[in-house]
Amino acid sequence: MIELLVEHSLGFAQLQDGGRFGVRHLGITQGGALDWVAMQQANWLLGNTADAAVIEIPLGGLQLRAQTSGWLALTGADLDAKLDDQPLAPGQAFQLRHGQTLRFNSPKRGVRAYLATPGGFAADPVMGAVATVMRKQLGGLHGNGRGLHNGDRLQGNASDATPRTLPAGALWYPGNEVVLDLIPGAQIAAFAGVSLFAAFNQVWTLDQRADRMGMRLTGPALRYQGQALISEGIPLGAVQVPPDGQPIILMNDRQTIGGYPRLGAVTPLSLARLAQCAPGQKVRLRVVSQEAARREMLNVISALQAQGASFGS
Amino acid sequence: MNLRIESAAIDSLMVRLFDQIDEANMPWLMAAAENLRQAFGAQLIDLVPSYTTLLLHYDLHALSESDAIALIHSSLHNLQPLTNETGTLHAIPVWYHQSVGPELTTIAQRAGLSPEQVIEQHCSRDYPVFTLGFAPGFAYMGLVDEALASARLATPRQRVPKGSVGIAERQTAIYPLTSPGGWNLIGRCPLTLFSAERGSLLQPGDRVRFVSIDHAEFIRLGGDDTVMEASA
Repeated sequence: MIELLVEHSLGFAQLQDGGRFGVRHLGITQGGALDWVAMQQANWLLGNTADAAVIEIPLGGLQLRAQTSGWLALTGADLDAKLDDQPLAPGQAFQLRHGQTLRFNSPKRGVRAYLATPGGFAADPVMGAVATVMRKQLGGLHGNGRGLHNGDRLQGNASDATPRTLPAGALWYPGNEVVLDLIPGAQIAAFAGVSLFAAFNQVWTLDQRADRMGMRLTGPALRYQGQALISEGIPLGAVQVPPDGQPIILMNDRQTIGGYPRLGAVTPLSLARLAQCAPGQKVRLRVVSQEAARREMLNVISALQAQGASFGS
Repeated sequence: MNLRIESAAIDSLMVRLFDQIDEANMPWLMAAAENLRQAFGAQLIDLVPSYTTLLLHYDLHALSESDAIALIHSSLHNLQPLTNETGTLHAIPVWYHQSVGPELTTIAQRAGLSPEQVIEQHCSRDYPVFTLGFAPGFAYMGLVDEALASARLATPRQRVPKGSVGIAERQTAIYPLTSPGGWNLIGRCPLTLFSAERGSLLQPGDRVRFVSIDHAEFIRLGGDDTVMEASA
């Protein structure tokens, strides 16, 4: 099985898996890979279970050296990766030989790359998951919520891979405009009519303030006319609108409860895409029904399991 | 109680039972949580109770939204509040002192009380744990006496030490980990409220009674008496 030495890291690359469940009533956020589709594809390439622990690499700035030879798979963003000096395109399983380096430079397409190894990367789960939550000092390689740092050593859980090949075009990258599907709900009826029209007919811009907790959109100010809310649980993808009228899409590391009015929730598939969007990206919100969104989600999951790709909308 | 079920996300429903914060909600919310856990079984992924609601996250592979709604209705039909407190009553030691609770005198002055009277008030009732959120093990409790109610600091502190006991409006809480925060601080608790191994000491539905201790006892119980900077 492979052993990797972290030779250089900006500290943002981190272990992620499917997330932490059954503990949210304790105030513990769910965590997990932001682009869960890319995570599942990386694991699929090696024949792993879909949620095995991977390295989530935002933007680059990571260099790994193989201490032993072994299999890896790379999906998600194109971070101008180099295997020694050779370009390495995302979307494939490959072998890294003892002494070779793997370097992630800076984003060419997308934002977050995912690196998998047979059986997943080894770490002791904290409250049922390996997912790193930096803000809460929970999970990750050492259990303390730290990202990968220089000198860290990573091991796989298994040696044997059944490497597979993704069909062409299986990886998704943002175009000029990205459409995010939103299931309406919560306090949507208490927003001003003109604000609702603006929300779904104008173009939004992804703000600089975009991280694993939330992604802020800038555009027309949305006006909420309802009463102040009592704090309540916040689902994944919730679009909350604070008093400044600029929506925040709440991601995997969000707070567990909150009191801002919400338009509804962005679908998990759209959240995976949002995870590949950089600040400045143009975004549109589109209303979908819960039933249609669920159907699409189930189709995508079964397609990912069967062929590592889904060519839905 | 007035049951409403709202779509919250692709796999989550908001179960709304009340419209106002009230201690009397708790026996109903706890009963609802128990019924929902039993009814959903393995198809329940997470259930997050708050002051007036429960956010229910179910397995979308197993259930459609209408299945889930039907299951909620049937499990909450004829709901009875949990009689007696099923939650644990915790006696939580607090060293109330200006050096670790910079707003102790501010609150006292505003209320026309002495700091000792503020402490007495804060220790005079059992507070139910309404919900856990904000941070792992951060328990929202209340309601404190009207006289102690205090708006959050205009500028939150960058660093509130672990164990700090605070008041915001009529809520009270203990910071389980050092974190940013804007609550008015009146003292510090020496106990560990959250660890990954043992989880959260306080659970929704539990009750807390604060017990005033002196500095020597605080240190004996493992407290860290590092002095706080005054509020911004």
